[in-house]
Amino acid sequence: MAIVVFIIFVILILAISFRSGKRSKGAGGYFVANSSINWGVNGIAFAGSYLSVASFLGICGLIAFFGYDGFLYSIGFLAGWIIALFVIAEPMKRRGTFTFSDALNESFKRPGIQLAAGLSILVVSLFYIVPQMVGAGVLMEPLLGIPHAWGVIIVGAVVILIVTSGGMTSTTYVQFFNGGLLLTFAAVLTVAVLARGLQTDAHPVPVNISGLENYDYQQVAVEWDGETPRVDLLGVSVQDRYAVINPNTGQEDRVFFLLSRLVDFGATDDGDYIVRIKGHPVQFQDSDFQAGMLNFESLDGRDYLRIQDWWQLLPDGDGGYLLEETQSRVISASRNTVVNGIPEEIFSHMRLVGGIAQLPQEFGQSTGSLGPWKILSVLSDEETVLNRPGSASFQTESGEQVTIHYQQAIEGSIFMRPGLMFPLEPRPGESQTATLLNRLNFISLLATLFLGTAALPHILIRYYTVPDVDAARKSTIVAIAGIGLFYVLTMYLGVGAIANGALNPESNNMSAPLLARSFGEVLFAIISGIAFTTVLATMSGLIMAASGAVAHDLMTNIIKRDFSEKTKVLTGRIVSVVVGVLGIILGIMFKEMNVSFLVGWAFAVAASANLPSLLVVLFWKKATANGIIASILTGIVSSVGLILLSPDMWARYGLNPANAPMPLNQPGIISIPLSFLVLVAVSLLGQKKRAEAQPAS
Amino acid sequence: MSRQLPADYETYELRKIKIGIRMTILYALVYAGFIFLAVSQPDWMGLPFLFGQNLAITYGLGLILIAIFFALVYNYLLSRLVPKDLEQKTAHNKNTSKEKGN
Repeated sequence: MAIVVFIIFVILILAISFRSGKRSKGAGGYFVANSSINWGVNGIAFAGSYLSVASFLGICGLIAFFGYDGFLYSIGFLAGWIIALFVIAEPMKRRGTFTFSDALNESFKRPGIQLAAGLSILVVSLFYIVPQMVGAGVLMEPLLGIPHAWGVIIVGAVVILIVTSGGMTSTTYVQFFNGGLLLTFAAVLTVAVLARGLQTDAHPVPVNISGLENYDYQQVAVEWDGETPRVDLLGVSVQDRYAVINPNTGQEDRVFFLLSRLVDFGATDDGDYIVRIKGHPVQFQDSDFQAGMLNFESLDGRDYLRIQDWWQLLPDGDGGYLLEETQSRVISASRNTVVNGIPEEIFSHMRLVGGIAQLPQEFGQSTGSLGPWKILSVLSDEETVLNRPGSASFQTESGEQVTIHYQQAIEGSIFMRPGLMFPLEPRPGESQTATLLNRLNFISLLATLFLGTAALPHILIRYYTVPDVDAARKSTIVAIAGIGLFYVLTMYLGVGAIANGALNPESNNMSAPLLARSFGEVLFAIISGIAFTTVLATMSGLIMAASGAVAHDLMTNIIKRDFSEKTKVLTGRIVSVVVGVLGIILGIMFKEMNVSFLVGWAFAVAASANLPSLLVVLFWKKATANGIIASILTGIVSSVGLILLSPDMWARYGLNPANAPMPLNQPGIISIPLSFLVLVAVSLLGQKKRAEAQPAS
Repeated sequence: MSRQLPADYETYELRKIKIGIRMTILYALVYAGFIFLAVSQPDWMGLPFLFGQNLAITYGLGLILIAIFFALVYNYLLSRLVPKDLEQKTAHNKNTSKEKGN
């Protein structure tokens, strides 16, 4: 089903791009669609281009896993459009023809500006392409059952086809198509969530895709003396122990035990065996025993399977303790993967998690249909308790890489307010410095999103596809209305995903499609297909921006010759292929990162490199060409440099994040003001020199 | 490249820019208020604020809806700004920019 919808979407998109591509002739046609796009179409295309997988998959995933803090991205992503509309849209359209470097350079005519601006477009586009590609891979893996890398390659190939076929014209119509689909189906899914309402039974619809079922974790009573837990399970022994230490207090926040135990298994009609793992049947054969992948043991004349799985120690509320099941992925030193105690090759999967543990008393087990306002207030009620996924990763002494996925009960009133991703209040026993850093990250992120939107290259080029300034303004307003509506809906999709227990503990990016799947195969297939077109729409816009920058800004100024339109279009096409291939490689490298988080970085680079010069050129008469060049370069170097030195990247290099030279993960709060300062300082120095050189004036 | 535009066109542009900047600052203040509240009084964000909704959700959804509202207001203000005789000049301007695009 999913594959059929996917293929239909690909055919539709390619048909759109080849049909509209015929109309694009010459450099004006290739790079800016002859500036002949209707403002309404352009507005929806803005939405289709801007609402990337980061908005669609990323934000829904962050809201589902981190509650309100995920919604901060929605707020910031939209707020940035205010600057785009009120400050940038009209002057940008009035001053430029192809790229925003034209607008910057209008009164200076210095090749250096064009070069710096072209370079910054290229860097920002690449930063933004990475999360799009990661999202594509994440999506295609479960959807088509193909490995991450192949998903990325397929997406990359289709995007290259779109942009080389008809340049900006085909890109525009693909974006328009995608924008319409996104808005329509986000609304459909929201209505479905509201109509179903909230219930404590986490799987209201029978699900039949193997390996993705939700499961209520078992709990067993335990006698615990502070050392080894004693628990009543068949043939059980405690094999290992792991504790999460709070870095601020030095105390153990969470304790896990690895239990080795015996589980019952049965035979199927066709001679295979079947065992229930985390509530879900897993089939295996005699050959699995012979290959040594599974071990069985006899006890009192019966055969059992011996498995090892991790359990979490929890207080039972009456002064005693209990052990709760978790899910785990264990990768041995020889790269064999065991999921939930069974080798992954025998088709053992993670179960979906999430769901509502408790509703306010007045509702009992189920609320029935709820209105859009009511559902949020029920969720943020003090009596509501949600099962929120958490995870812990560590390495054992024998070199196994273990990731435990547990669930933690959390009050709705805490989930529906800021603090889970950026803890703004010190928790008991925590030092103030930990929260100071979180506060700075929080401010930095929101400031960056506000300032970054208007400086994104694939947004800026859309101003050149409309005929005049009025159309530029009107299409921006259509964009704000459409995008704003969509971001309001992300809230419902995110909370809907956790409330319906549709979370894959290993990939928060999959939350929206999995939520759709809880409403049946058709919606799942459509939503997955839309997520795919979303990647295509954003990617093609970014690649167009990058190829315009190279063909129009860099090439002309480095080789210092006027190229014919034909050569420019040819270069544009070649650059599109190169950038597309580069995107594929990076998309494979950054596989596990949340896409919204990565987009936060792209915004930081855009805001630092482009925004200061954009604003200053438009509104400050004393700005000099050198100031602008210095500001763009400072912005790129400082933001990229700070990202490379950040704790998140430190973790990526395999080093301890606490030792990273730069304590903040969000560089914007430093690099944006720095870029502004450099611009003003260099410009003022230049003015002074000029005044000295011409004393008469 | 630089077009010679009539003086009243320049003032029209200036007035547009002024409206744009003022509305940006206004919105930035509302937005900064949200950040300031979240950072300085995080516990207030969880308090019930409007019809059973907490402050965080009311303010957050509000920021999105206000942005849409501002966009419409901006368009309305600008449409009132264009004097009749200027409309012809901007129409002329439209044609020149179209030619440049090709």
